[in-house]
Amino acid sequence: MRKELGTFVLLVVLCIVVAILNPRFLAGANLQNMARLIGLYGIFSIGIGMVIITGGIDLSVGSVFALLGVLLSIFLAEYHWPSSLAVIAVIGIGTGLGWLHGFLITRVLMPPFIVTLCGLLFYRGLARFIANDETKGFGSAEGFETLRNLATGSVFQIPMPFILLIIISAIMWVVLHKSIYGRYLYAVGRNEEAARYSGISSRTIIASAYVISGLLAGVAGVLLAFYTNSISPSSHGNFYELYGIAAAVLGGCSLRGGEGSVVGILIGTALLQVLQNLVNLLGIPSSLNFAVMGAVILLGVMADQLLRRRSATK
Amino acid sequence: MTNPILEMKGISKRFPGVVALDAVDLEIYPGEVVALAGENGAGKSTLMKILGGVYQPDEGQVRIEGEDVAIRSVSDAIARGIGFIHQELNVLDNLNIGENVFLGREPVWGGPLRLVDRPKLHAQTEIYLKRLGLDIPSRTPLGQLSIAQQQMVEIAKALSLDARILIMDEPTSSLTLTETERLLEVTKDLRAHGVSIIYISHRLGEIKDLADRVIVLRDGHNAGELKREDINHDNIVKLMVGRDLKHFYEPPTVEARSNFVEAQELRTRRYPNKPVSFELRKGEILGFAGLVGAGRSEIAQALFGVDGPLQGKVLLDGKPIKIYSPNDAIAHGIYLIPEDRRKSGLILEVPIRENITLPALSRYASVGWIMYEAEKKVSTEMLGKLNIKAPSVESKAGNLSGGNQQKVVLAKWLSLDPKVLIFDEPTRGIDVGAKAEIYHLMRSLAESGVAIMMISSDMEEILGESDRVAVMHEGAITGILERAQCSEEAIMRLAVGKTDK
Repeated sequence: MRKELGTFVLLVVLCIVVAILNPRFLAGANLQNMARLIGLYGIFSIGIGMVIITGGIDLSVGSVFALLGVLLSIFLAEYHWPSSLAVIAVIGIGTGLGWLHGFLITRVLMPPFIVTLCGLLFYRGLARFIANDETKGFGSAEGFETLRNLATGSVFQIPMPFILLIIISAIMWVVLHKSIYGRYLYAVGRNEEAARYSGISSRTIIASAYVISGLLAGVAGVLLAFYTNSISPSSHGNFYELYGIAAAVLGGCSLRGGEGSVVGILIGTALLQVLQNLVNLLGIPSSLNFAVMGAVILLGVMADQLLRRRSATK
Repeated sequence: MTNPILEMKGISKRFPGVVALDAVDLEIYPGEVVALAGENGAGKSTLMKILGGVYQPDEGQVRIEGEDVAIRSVSDAIARGIGFIHQELNVLDNLNIGENVFLGREPVWGGPLRLVDRPKLHAQTEIYLKRLGLDIPSRTPLGQLSIAQQQMVEIAKALSLDARILIMDEPTSSLTLTETERLLEVTKDLRAHGVSIIYISHRLGEIKDLADRVIVLRDGHNAGELKREDINHDNIVKLMVGRDLKHFYEPPTVEARSNFVEAQELRTRRYPNKPVSFELRKGEILGFAGLVGAGRSEIAQALFGVDGPLQGKVLLDGKPIKIYSPNDAIAHGIYLIPEDRRKSGLILEVPIRENITLPALSRYASVGWIMYEAEKKVSTEMLGKLNIKAPSVESKAGNLSGGNQQKVVLAKWLSLDPKVLIFDEPTRGIDVGAKAEIYHLMRSLAESGVAIMMISSDMEEILGESDRVAVMHEGAITGILERAQCSEEAIMRLAVGKTDK
């Protein structure tokens, strides 16, 4: 709770500072755009957060986006599949990749870092090969306006991805914080051995976190493809896994596992987007984008550490 | 007599909310072994940490050879000739013996290059090893040594530092019987060489064997002192708890029922060629004695399904059961209280409540949604029933004392109607008061019809609690003794593999 609070305070302070320096921050269009991005990023960050709670890591998400984006455009624009079929196929592939990671990690007993690092390389390469290294789009293909609406549309001025995020977060909140499954997930992340000795099938639980992460990556992958509307296989989704990890860690997930919350991950995601926005609005050269993000995350975590150390000595 | 080498006078130490030590005195003469006894939390460790330079006392003086000294840090303590063998070993298992002994003080050559002089380092180390009767080359990697040998390395390190006062904190808690004997020999030998030893142990037998004097602490005070000739269990326990403890063994009042659990040709992963068969009666406590490594824990783990699918046949109440994982064992009412409760028994960072409800969460949930109130109710009941001393069920399990942690592990299973309970070292590192409570619980569970298997390396515990004793040696059961046949000698003989009369 305390951990989330610190990040939340940082978020509010940042918002106020940016709003004062550039009132356009509060303009409807800006807020709307930010909410859309928070929706997109939040969905897969929750998945990555779950994996981190089990003590694992998922580095493959960005490349999964590239692969899924390329496949989606091929299914829709070249094979002319019905849009619902294409989307289900793509989300299914994302889930399947998550299952594969879970299988390799819990049955073949490979370290999560290695498995998903190889995924990061492999899926990127595969995407570029399938696309012939050409940028893919949805061209003049028709019949999936409703679907595209999920990524680019709004309801009562609220962007669809944000609404989807709220729905997914609500579900995941119940799953993580109120259900038996969630309790098991945290138990396995804290102390896998003690969980096993309590009769929990820890391998199944860990594998399931990767499956859910894959599913959410699939959903986010579809939204992202429609949002960007063109998928250049060598750069689409680059670094997204790191945004997800950063959001989860800012939101209080410990890389050792067993800690973190849905609310925290949401706050972390929002913080990253505000930072991105700040760079644009305050006229900071966009080349400094990553530097600003890195510096703020570092300072935020440092402040948290210092405060905690002080409260511990008191 | 000569003057004391060390005097601690009126030592007090307060921590927020507690007085850990209140005007405690301790003195020790050259070549003397003083045992420091007391329940967990009595202040033994705090007192020793003050002597070892870890803590600073709030009041009181420390005198070494009559001279007032202030021990401000661990290195200060070392410089004054105080060696500290901690309960948890402080050795690096990626280095070899010599490198551990001289860690941070390696002999060097090559002038400004300061290269390690390995031949000299190992030659010196081997002198100390020889003195301790450890016949192992100094270049052996530490990872290849047994716990007992690693402990010897720690002692060698203390000797190499010219320790004149050696603190040994529960040195035998993870040693086998023969290793313990070896350690006691070494300790006596050190005493003969004029080293003064402060020996902390929960094992009263060792204290009796070794100590010239016992100083007992209780709740941060000096509770009393016993001279060599007055040292016996009753006297020590009386001082420790401040009351007479009734004798531990409570004989069963109901007849044990045969053929409740039958293990036939059980094979463990560690000893696949040694099938083990035994019977566990309903209502009895079956002790499992043997040296560490004899394969007792492996049998417990196999029965509980941690070791992978169970190899062999198990009949519960006459019906064969299949065990592939702890889940299956739990479904049949077979529960394990594991040896290492901090590692496999509890999740230290979460509340007591969550630990207790973990194995049977579905009982506290409807459609997957956990009902907090139900959890809280049951775990609060358990807190009272087992007399777990904790501020509330929301306290983290890691903040409890060893005895209370063990009771929380028990609470996990007691809320679930056990049929078979397997205790692996049920009271290791637990103070006398909590020990008695756990023994009492075990007995009343047995009376209520639970079959209890109790693995223990503590001879007093085996003799004091078991209705029958199975003795193991290198993976095989070398004998099962009825209560009347049980004696320390009979068990030891089987434990070292002497089955012939």
